[in-house]
Amino acid sequence: MASANGDKVEFGFNTVPMTKQKKDWIHLSLRVVAFLATASATIVMATNKQTKSFAVATIGTTPIRATLTAKFSHTPAFVFFVVANGNASLHNLVMITMDILGTKLDCKGLRLALIAILDLMVVTLASAGDGAATFMSELGKNGNSHARWNKICDKFEPYCNRGGIALITSFIGNILLLIITVMSIIKLLKLNRINHVAP
Amino acid sequence: MAKTWRICLLLLRFLAFSATLASVIVVTTSHERVSFLTISIEAKYTNSAAFKYFVIAYSIVTVYGFLVLFLPQESLLWRLVVALDLVFTVLLISSISAALAIAQVGKKGNDYAGWLPICGQVPKYCDRVTGGLAAGLIAVITYIVLLLHSIHTVLDPLLLRKN
Repeated sequence: MASANGDKVEFGFNTVPMTKQKKDWIHLSLRVVAFLATASATIVMATNKQTKSFAVATIGTTPIRATLTAKFSHTPAFVFFVVANGNASLHNLVMITMDILGTKLDCKGLRLALIAILDLMVVTLASAGDGAATFMSELGKNGNSHARWNKICDKFEPYCNRGGIALITSFIGNILLLIITVMSIIKLLKLNRINHVAP
Repeated sequence: MAKTWRICLLLLRFLAFSATLASVIVVTTSHERVSFLTISIEAKYTNSAAFKYFVIAYSIVTVYGFLVLFLPQESLLWRLVVALDLVFTVLLISSISAALAIAQVGKKGNDYAGWLPICGQVPKYCDRVTGGLAAGLIAVITYIVLLLHSIHTVLDPLLLRKN
């Protein structure tokens, strides 16, 4: 049985031709940049902490000071953001390692399918984390007058700025992850397996 | 056998469409006005940007789900459906995550920021929004299943077709 480009194709599960596979440098470099983006978002948000002391009352002439801390772990949405981006960066790291070191590893021809499905899962997780953290930060920045929730960014400005930087890097990582997922799915097309009949 | 499979898939797509439609309708029609003493509070979904994003995203996906229900089986557009399923699933999960984050603050409050929960004051609004978000969660899970199925059928990742 011959395939379109004349490579020897075996019948059954091992239909992936393992010879003459050019390395996809664009895919690999996109993964490296996405790994750096999501890893930096995780680290910046996880080390986001600010302590500030306020004068809450005055007795006579001496003000009473209370110390308030703003940490990322106070908000469940930011905890989820850190976890999701940590997962995304770990996934990218594993994929980069597999690409560089383990190109011969294959699971009965399912390698491309596994990569595509895992990429799908990670891009949905990362976008969920981004969505939650974006709207929590918007709430912290603008407050909500209807629910009488005061904004906190005017008092904790460095905390808010660092959170914003983490969010922007996470968005860049998310867009790159989406492009990587599309490329992984397109790779499934290249082995003459597509069926033109709809489900 | 193939026909029952097709009907199953059509039902699944219809379930996804109706879940998104139901969540949009429930969240859009949730408003409550309470007044005690001289203060009057009105809770609407437009008070929060996250709920507005939720409603807009789910409306877009409702229209898409309605159009896909009528796609004939032999059309080549099923390849486009794979791509659009991916994009819309990512959109759905991002919007429901944002809405859940804000709803969690509304229900439990945030002690560190001094934000009080509002569910005690507007319980009917809170319950309706919870119902809408639950329907949205069903829609997200169904869309993830549909996405995996689209990839399986059009792209054959598990190499089940021997040709």
